[in-house]
Amino acid sequence: MSAEHRSLARRLFEPASIDTQAPVARVVTYALLFLWTLVVVVPLYWVLITSFKGPGEVDNGPFYLPFVDFAPSLRAWDFMLVQNYTLRPYMNSVVVAVASTLLAVLIGSLAAYALVRIRFQVKLAAVALFLILLTAVIAAVATFGVRWEIAVAVAAALFVIALFTLVGRTKLAVGNNDIEFWIISNRIMPPIVAVLPIYVMFQQMRLLDTQLALIATYTAINLPIVVWLTRDFFAGIPLDLEESAQIDGASKFRVFFTIALPLVRSGLVAIFLLVLILAWNEYLLALFLSNADAQTMPVLVSAQNTTRGPQWWNMSVLITVMIAPVIVISSILQKHIARGLLVGAVKG
Amino acid sequence: MTATDTMPEAADRRSWAEWLDGHSGRIMVLPAVVVLLCFAIFPLIISAYLALSRFALAPGGFTLKFIGLVNFRKLLVGSQQYHLLGKFGTFGFVQSALLALITAGLLFLLARYLLRGRPTIVGVVGRLLATAMAMGLAILALATMAPGGVPGTVVNTLLYVFVGVSVQFALGLGLALLCGQPIRGRNFFRVLFFIPLMVTPVGIAYTFRMLADMQKGPFAPLVRAFGINEWSWATEAWSARLMVLVGDTWQWTPFMFIVLLAAVENQPRDQVEAARLDGANGFQIFRDITWPAIAPIAATIVLIRLIEAFKIIDLPNVLTGGGPGLATESMTLHSFISWRTQDLGGSAAIGYMLLFISTIVCVSFFNFVVRPARRFET
Repeated sequence: MSAEHRSLARRLFEPASIDTQAPVARVVTYALLFLWTLVVVVPLYWVLITSFKGPGEVDNGPFYLPFVDFAPSLRAWDFMLVQNYTLRPYMNSVVVAVASTLLAVLIGSLAAYALVRIRFQVKLAAVALFLILLTAVIAAVATFGVRWEIAVAVAAALFVIALFTLVGRTKLAVGNNDIEFWIISNRIMPPIVAVLPIYVMFQQMRLLDTQLALIATYTAINLPIVVWLTRDFFAGIPLDLEESAQIDGASKFRVFFTIALPLVRSGLVAIFLLVLILAWNEYLLALFLSNADAQTMPVLVSAQNTTRGPQWWNMSVLITVMIAPVIVISSILQKHIARGLLVGAVKG
Repeated sequence: MTATDTMPEAADRRSWAEWLDGHSGRIMVLPAVVVLLCFAIFPLIISAYLALSRFALAPGGFTLKFIGLVNFRKLLVGSQQYHLLGKFGTFGFVQSALLALITAGLLFLLARYLLRGRPTIVGVVGRLLATAMAMGLAILALATMAPGGVPGTVVNTLLYVFVGVSVQFALGLGLALLCGQPIRGRNFFRVLFFIPLMVTPVGIAYTFRMLADMQKGPFAPLVRAFGINEWSWATEAWSARLMVLVGDTWQWTPFMFIVLLAAVENQPRDQVEAARLDGANGFQIFRDITWPAIAPIAATIVLIRLIEAFKIIDLPNVLTGGGPGLATESMTLHSFISWRTQDLGGSAAIGYMLLFISTIVCVSFFNFVVRPARRFET
């Protein structure tokens, strides 16, 4: 091999400096990245253009370019958004997602803050007693037909009596870490295990198929994530600011709302968006808890299949209006959302 | 609170405020605990009761009859076994060899723990439990995928979890390493690759149904060119499962990518440069510098994905409806279908079995992979 050849090979395969890539490596890198770009874009593009097609354009085989090989029309958009009541599920989704996310972030960050800043000691005996009494109440009501008001009252009385007499004598206690772990571990529970009793519960309360039921349930399922992610933000802020405020006589609540929360604002925004999108996309619980009035978008979209057959153009409109806001939010605020994910993954 | 606030008529209010402040910790945690009690612990107990009883509609309501473990027996060895566990095939040479390999690996890990260091009671019990679960699931998977066997919903769920998460991790890591190179447009790729994570799974399911349509989809001409006209992916078990995995991977690779990219960018730059100057190749740098730096994060995000992957229902339900037959049905979908046919007891029993499997797998993964990976770092 001649010297010229070697230098050419070297120029192609070895980087010129440490901050750049060798030309061949760069070409391969870009090729692979563009390949994945196609993987990401093609499905989204296909949904978008299908929403501008009609039955004819879909059934007569694939057409790829609007204005070039088919004439785009707004018929499907008109049909789904103007003639049909898509607006209602859409508003349901908006209300449920926003309200449940606000609640989850508020409740979750309060709890996370307290768990970071205040030392807890809960007697293990009290926890065990509570669970045993709860089980006993359920068993009594379900098998022996005891009225639930009586069962709950008796159990509550027993619990209070035991709390002041027996529980105080025991030593074993659970601390902050245990409480935190318990809250977070609720996320491991598959929702399908909890959803049947929740369904029955709302049925008894006559709250089935209402936004309220969905808001309450979504708040609960997203709470573990909020606690898990916010605790690291609170743990990261310096103590002295809060301490000086407390010396000035501010209550813990005031310190939380006026000092701690503003300090972790950007982190909260990230978590808010993340949870918002989770609630927006939620499917299983909505499937159980809503059917007509409180129906959310994912349920509406999935119901298209059985009621109308595969009318791809209408379906595409629904999918487009459903994912458009999410894509806009996530691409503008990608950095923030990713930070929310990162905190969880790094500190875990 | 300032002195002007403490007027006589405000004394009452002040003592209330003091009480509030003294108990502020408990009050702050209380809402979260109440919500979780109402929507997690309480339903969990009721579900346990449902799983042990027979539900029947009756005039003016319903009746529940305690029947012990009948629901579980029906699912594991009775008439529903075919649905949950699948049909067992005959063990051939390949299956036996794989089983022997898995057994040897698990025994090796167990022996290493017992012989090295100080085994504790909790450690031994936990490892025995994890080993037993791994063995059971491995036997089930091998037996139902053997010739003549048909995988049930448990094996389907395991496929989605283990194959799906592995592929997503591999792709995410590959993309993160590519994007971590000194290239232009990194931010563009970062934003673009992030998008699928946020798209509704139900929407993804329909989108992939459209894309994979053999007559009208965008790839139809390509497929026709290969002359496979009559074939449809939806009618064959493995191609249908593959479609579900493709949709799931499309959605979740971004999650792995975005977190791993941040980890790759945080790796010690000076070490990488020093290694390059010493003439280390890309693989050596990855093995000795990048991987140790990102291992703890990698382990954690795989854990997060495992937790979520066990809950899969949207994609199989919409993409394939669980079909053909039961080929793509996940455990959550199985439970949902049981609920729809008024078999609440069976539905709760399936849910509980999913809870057992996913808890043991996730807790084992946390203890035996995530914890060591984090210790590795410090």
